[in-house]
Amino acid sequence: MKESLTPVTNRFVIEAPWVARAARPGQFVIVRVHEKGERIPVTLADFDPDQGTITVVVQEVGRTSRLFGALAEGETVMDVAGPLGEPYVLRRQGTVMGIGGGFGAAALLPLLRALNQQGAKTEAIIGARTKELLIVEKELQHWCRQVWPCTDDGSYGFHGLVTDQLKKRLEETGPVDEVVVIGPMPMMRAVASLTEGFKVPTQVSLDPIMVDGTGMCGGCRVTVNNEVKFACVDGPFFDGHAVDFAECTRRNKTYIEEESVVHAG
Amino acid sequence: MPVKPATKTAMPHRAPAERTRTFEEVNLGYTPARAAFEASRCLQCQDPRCESGCPVRVPIKAFVGCVAEGRLAEAFNLIREANSLPAVCGRVCPQESQCEKECTLGGPSGLKYSPVGIGHLERFVADWARDHRFSPSPLVGEVGRGPHTNESPVDSRLHVADQARVRGLKGPKVAIVGSGPSGLTAAGRLAQRGYRVTVFEALHEPGGVLRYGIPEFRLPKSVLDDEIAELKASGVEIVCNIIIGKTLSLDQLMKEMKFKAVFIGTGAGLPRFLGVPGENLNGVYSANEFLTRINLMKAFRFPEYDTPLKIGKRVAVVGAGNTAMDAVRSALRMGAEEVHVVYRRSEKEMTAREEEFIHAKEEGVVFHWLSNPVRVVGSEAGWVTGLECQPMQLGEPDASGRARPVPDDLPTETLPVDTVVVAVGTSPNRLLTRGGALETTSWGGLVVREDTAETSRPGVYAGGDAVTGAATVILAAGAGRRAGSG
Repeated sequence: MKESLTPVTNRFVIEAPWVARAARPGQFVIVRVHEKGERIPVTLADFDPDQGTITVVVQEVGRTSRLFGALAEGETVMDVAGPLGEPYVLRRQGTVMGIGGGFGAAALLPLLRALNQQGAKTEAIIGARTKELLIVEKELQHWCRQVWPCTDDGSYGFHGLVTDQLKKRLEETGPVDEVVVIGPMPMMRAVASLTEGFKVPTQVSLDPIMVDGTGMCGGCRVTVNNEVKFACVDGPFFDGHAVDFAECTRRNKTYIEEESVVHAG
Repeated sequence: MPVKPATKTAMPHRAPAERTRTFEEVNLGYTPARAAFEASRCLQCQDPRCESGCPVRVPIKAFVGCVAEGRLAEAFNLIREANSLPAVCGRVCPQESQCEKECTLGGPSGLKYSPVGIGHLERFVADWARDHRFSPSPLVGEVGRGPHTNESPVDSRLHVADQARVRGLKGPKVAIVGSGPSGLTAAGRLAQRGYRVTVFEALHEPGGVLRYGIPEFRLPKSVLDDEIAELKASGVEIVCNIIIGKTLSLDQLMKEMKFKAVFIGTGAGLPRFLGVPGENLNGVYSANEFLTRINLMKAFRFPEYDTPLKIGKRVAVVGAGNTAMDAVRSALRMGAEEVHVVYRRSEKEMTAREEEFIHAKEEGVVFHWLSNPVRVVGSEAGWVTGLECQPMQLGEPDASGRARPVPDDLPTETLPVDTVVVAVGTSPNRLLTRGGALETTSWGGLVVREDTAETSRPGVYAGGDAVTGAATVILAAGAGRRAGSG
């Protein structure tokens, strides 16, 4: 099934019974769209063991994600392998604030749902550039005590960045027990930097460049607490206050030129 | 004793200048005349020591005898009975330290003779069979005769009708984890004996290190594809994109899916890094990533294929094993202008095969012996600009029996490079052993009983690099064969 969430974001429900059965919140799959395609990591936005399906939300940012987005309902992706990575460790109590940036908000959904079902109090802040890029607000409301939408241009919800909204929330309503962030690297970095001041434990979901997703290539190595970790097998969740974001950001830019080569061609 | 030619018949190969810009295979293979000539050098010893040097016990004496007499179909059946991957092994085995090392011709008594080119001949026979679309004779239904049945003699099987190969296998179900050399060999062995074999592969194509690690110019993927197709034709099922330990658990395999036994051939896929400053700069790769992008993902055909590989003009590869040679020679073919191998020990301690080393030297690789990388130097923007190395000297032997390199009393030197590839070994991937379901060594290798290859969990067997740590294709195949025969 394919559902358009924004002009550049699609939600796909893909038949993958084994993956659906084994999946846990926070895990990802490696997808190859076509025969000559790249292997790209995609975070699971949902999974249904009974239906034998997984859900992914893909925003068109590069060549592979555009090819993915161009798939029509009924078409098949070449390969899906997973679930990969370590699941998110669920708290059974306290308050957990989920923060989703752009299409990262979709990946929050299974996580906050599971937390909610386990007995934790859940809230969410989701942000996007403008109203039409904001996704999954309604679904999140179902599993959260409160959902704060934010837009950069003020076209909907809070006018400002997710960090501004988070700061306001923490100052006005008091502390939370944990923050979990899924979104673009600069956003995760900014949130982690903010929560460090508030001394709120913060998990970030890293998505570095990777090839196999099983620990084989080491391309996804990240430095956490001065230790080298592989995001694919040790992550994707890491302590946001211990991650070397400068290194992550730099390493993710390795193939910027090649992306443009492909775009031109 | 008849007079034999003293030296091994040369393997025809592409000239260095021609081959360094193409991924086409370097070695071209014997012609029938060369093969017959080389085979005729074999002394047909009473006690063929070469065979004891082969981890999968290929009946070398008999097959070489057949080649000398032009009976190639028979030669192929003899090899294929012992080795499911003859075209692969004929290319990538370190014969000089195995079968050919034991060859009487090359032994100490005949100093001026070189051993029979067993590897070249194995390759010749396997390629002949591929070219002639010759399939091995079938072997079905041994399982019914009990687990300790002796393998039936080859001759009796030469006349069995070909259709029997597609006959439904009825034996117990066995799952193989990993489709690298040990997994495929175990699979071939078990299918021959009538088991219903399913191989689970994590990546999107089968072959393991033969697919992602060994480059096209040493092992064309069409050769691998054909040998895998042959295995499938013999009844082996291969399922890709399934990561055992993630997609399916050992419990699911054995309890739900009713596999009677599981063989783990997951290899040693976890790359080791140097642990020196600057190793996470942009432009530093593990050999695994570097080679996987090229071989599995076909980065050498970017942008026709979507996966890129960023490579600079000057490349340094750290390490001097076969993987290092593969990486450095691939770098050259990807367009690097200057390629270096940096190794902390000396040429004598290098673990690469002699042939790979010679080919690399011919192609213009610069070797820096006794040079230990201590830091990767980078630009302000975070890209590699050099590799700082400490000159070393050799000291007392270490645990590996090789002289331990110790820092020499000399200042460090910085090699100006823009890409660094780390090829200093791999260790077993712990995806399947996390959580302690199976007993492992301190470095993550699976603990198995030496006689049966059984792990700490009954019904679960293991072999290859997952048990021994990174080694060679043929040793992994040997382990796969033992487990498949038990």
